[in-house]
Amino acid sequence: MSNDSILGCDFDMTELHGLFFDEATEHLDAMEALLLGIDPATADEEQLNAIFRAAHSIKGGAATFGFKDITELTHEMETVFDRVRKGHMPLSTELVDAFLASGDMLKSMLSATKGDGTAVDTTEVTALCVRLRVFLDPAAANAPPAQAVATVPAANAKPFLELVFGPLDKTFNAASVDSVVADLKDFGAVEEIFAPSPEASAKGGHRKKKALLERRFRIATEVSAADLSDAIAFMADPERVKVVIPPAAAEAIAAPTAPVAEPTAPDDSSFGLFVDSATLPVNQPQPAEAKKSVGKVVEIKSAAKPAAVQGGADATSIRVSVEKVDQLINLVGELVITQAMLAQTASKADPVLYESLLNGLATLEGNTRELQEASMSIRMMPMSVAFSRFPRVVRDVAAKLGKEVDLITSGEGTELDKGLIERIVDPLTHLVRNSLDHGLEMPDDRVAKGKTRKGTITLRAYHQGGAIVIEVSDDGRGLHRSKILSKAKERGLNVSDAMSDSEVWQLIFEAGFSTAEVVTDVSGRGVGMDVVRRNIQALGGRVEIHSTTDVGTRISIKLPLTLAILDGMSVRVGKEVFILPLSYICESLLPADIKLRTIVGRGQVISVRGEYLPVISLADAFGMRGQAEKQGQGIIVILEAEGGKTAVLVDELVGQHQVVIKSLETNYRKVPGISGATIMGDGRVAMIVDVAHVVSLANSRVEKVA
Amino acid sequence: MSLQSTVNRSDSTGYLGHGSQTNEFLTFCLGTEEYGIEILKVQEIRGWEQPSMIANSPEFIKGVINLRGTIVPIVDMRIKFNLGSAEYNQFTVVIILNVAGRVVGMVVDSVSDVVMLPQDQIKPAPEFSAGLDTSYINGIGTSGEHMLIMMDIEQLMLSPQMGLSNPETAH
Repeated sequence: MSNDSILGCDFDMTELHGLFFDEATEHLDAMEALLLGIDPATADEEQLNAIFRAAHSIKGGAATFGFKDITELTHEMETVFDRVRKGHMPLSTELVDAFLASGDMLKSMLSATKGDGTAVDTTEVTALCVRLRVFLDPAAANAPPAQAVATVPAANAKPFLELVFGPLDKTFNAASVDSVVADLKDFGAVEEIFAPSPEASAKGGHRKKKALLERRFRIATEVSAADLSDAIAFMADPERVKVVIPPAAAEAIAAPTAPVAEPTAPDDSSFGLFVDSATLPVNQPQPAEAKKSVGKVVEIKSAAKPAAVQGGADATSIRVSVEKVDQLINLVGELVITQAMLAQTASKADPVLYESLLNGLATLEGNTRELQEASMSIRMMPMSVAFSRFPRVVRDVAAKLGKEVDLITSGEGTELDKGLIERIVDPLTHLVRNSLDHGLEMPDDRVAKGKTRKGTITLRAYHQGGAIVIEVSDDGRGLHRSKILSKAKERGLNVSDAMSDSEVWQLIFEAGFSTAEVVTDVSGRGVGMDVVRRNIQALGGRVEIHSTTDVGTRISIKLPLTLAILDGMSVRVGKEVFILPLSYICESLLPADIKLRTIVGRGQVISVRGEYLPVISLADAFGMRGQAEKQGQGIIVILEAEGGKTAVLVDELVGQHQVVIKSLETNYRKVPGISGATIMGDGRVAMIVDVAHVVSLANSRVEKVA
Repeated sequence: MSLQSTVNRSDSTGYLGHGSQTNEFLTFCLGTEEYGIEILKVQEIRGWEQPSMIANSPEFIKGVINLRGTIVPIVDMRIKFNLGSAEYNQFTVVIILNVAGRVVGMVVDSVSDVVMLPQDQIKPAPEFSAGLDTSYINGIGTSGEHMLIMMDIEQLMLSPQMGLSNPETAH
């Protein structure tokens, strides 16, 4: 496929941020709808769980991208709602109101983070967090506000530096600033002292170049300005970040009032809708220049060229609904069939008389083929799109937990339907975070166990049995069987000690199930796995867990191929054509050369270079009449699957195709031995053989015979 | 397609009209019996084309066809109900139904007409012995000289006995 042209471009974080914003907005909308529809007196568990999951998902995403403020607020929401959901606390109208207010705040935080310029009043966020905390502990009603106020002067008592980010534009936007700032938290407490005002953003569309957008932060740190600049140089374009040493201590003392009074004219009730253009040029550059003249400006020097700034400038892409793409693909398929029909009819025409017609048809043929390829490639994306966000997740979470981790990814080139990729990212994130938090041990414990200090998390994607398997594995401590069992008994689940391991592992998918002793903001609330299974089942997939104590855990997600493209060999059996996935085929041979032998008169085996392989007739397996029943006819195709080789008898090899997999389940149901169907060039439907199933069928027969 | 135009013709002779609610029905024949189904469930009417066989499916499921890129299962009602002889030639008709978001093709002997029947023209079906399942029969309608068996096609197509959808107890 010619996907490279589409997907070869540089992949930058802004695209992932976009995804997060879309997802978070969806979750927020869902949460709001649920909250509005809920009746505190009669709310059922399902509704509560749904609201909780929405908050949890937003938190997960925000934490992944380092949007600390959003994470904090959602963490509070989650904590409160967790208690409601578990029945420790009644749901009250006040609580619903507080949640709705938090939802609104999250929305404005999201748009602020998105970089549309609106600033969020941090005091309001703190107030909301306090309001939520009150539900947990009414006694805290008075204490936290005092604390919140107290922290401000405390932070300012330390020496501090100022950071000026700007000018901001599309590539270097508020979101990128936030991510840099989030990383700076290691140096000390960071607070924003100047954000782009609503006026500036509203005007942004018209006079982007003139408005000098910038953001200022104050960081309480002992580190020298030069050291800080060096650190920042790794994270952002040095040309756009300045470290300023504030001029006087007097100003520092005066500052505490700033965060409260400053946030962009709270008395401006217009919210940027009515732009007071007169304020714009005056307000914007002035503070920057004023500071410059007084303070000492340290320019960050770095060899890094601002290439990235130009690179990702205007990544032109549009979001189109999947239905539209499907419709396009179907229409193109129709076109191909019509074109084939025309070509066939025209082949009877006299080439001399109808020369121009035939030329036109030849061009049409080429164009249709290109069109088909292009339209099919729209939906397919390599797994790397999903995998590329994990190095960051792993790094951040590992740092938070104090663990050392290597992330290995393989199979990034495996192509998957874009819709599937988008929806698999969330569950994958949960699984990776779980592996980091619960799976991997602390470095010292690992050494004590004789393992390497660094843990390994592996992400792998590959095709198997007409499905795509995505694996998340770690070399950590493995699942704790007895712990899971006792927890399950505690929760009143129907379990017994005689359950097989795989049955026990499935228990961790129960809603609210967690064996973690401490609830952290990484994981441990027992929602993750519940959501994971739900999402994957919604995609028609399955989750399997393999775990061995102190060796590690492997979680495989098996997804059906709804619209993946498959390289296949088409074979004829009787009148029907079947597709065998090419990846399973080892070789094909004429059985005339090699004798088919029977075992106990039924099971057939074939000897290929000294190896006896079970033979299964595809016609037999699918309960139809083939011509190859008689010995010496047909062709043997050797397939390798499920850890062994199997010979499959077919009538004829037809050809090799790249086929689009269509689900049979849209209008029909699952058929054993068939993983899907496809439409052939002549418009007929051909079934795609589920090789793994057919092979296991053959094996079970042989076992029966033996 | 000429059959298509039959469906679209609404000034049909079957109009009897004084009932409170009048619905349009497509009528078709299976052997000597005449059936009626709600016209809104009908997507289109096609000629017969050889479907691709589905492995290990019941005899009345003839296979699947490619309907403009959609894979559509084809059910032969004549085999399902043991009515008429299941022959396939250029006169064989397939009614493409759209029931509960699914597209299903149904082979019948012939499509007769589109009739309008007021609700009060449809009488409840008499109770038969336990051997005959009438749960998907809405009633008996009368159109002129004809007796129409009014079929709840949606319920029939989704019923487990047709095996057209995954059993609910998957996994």
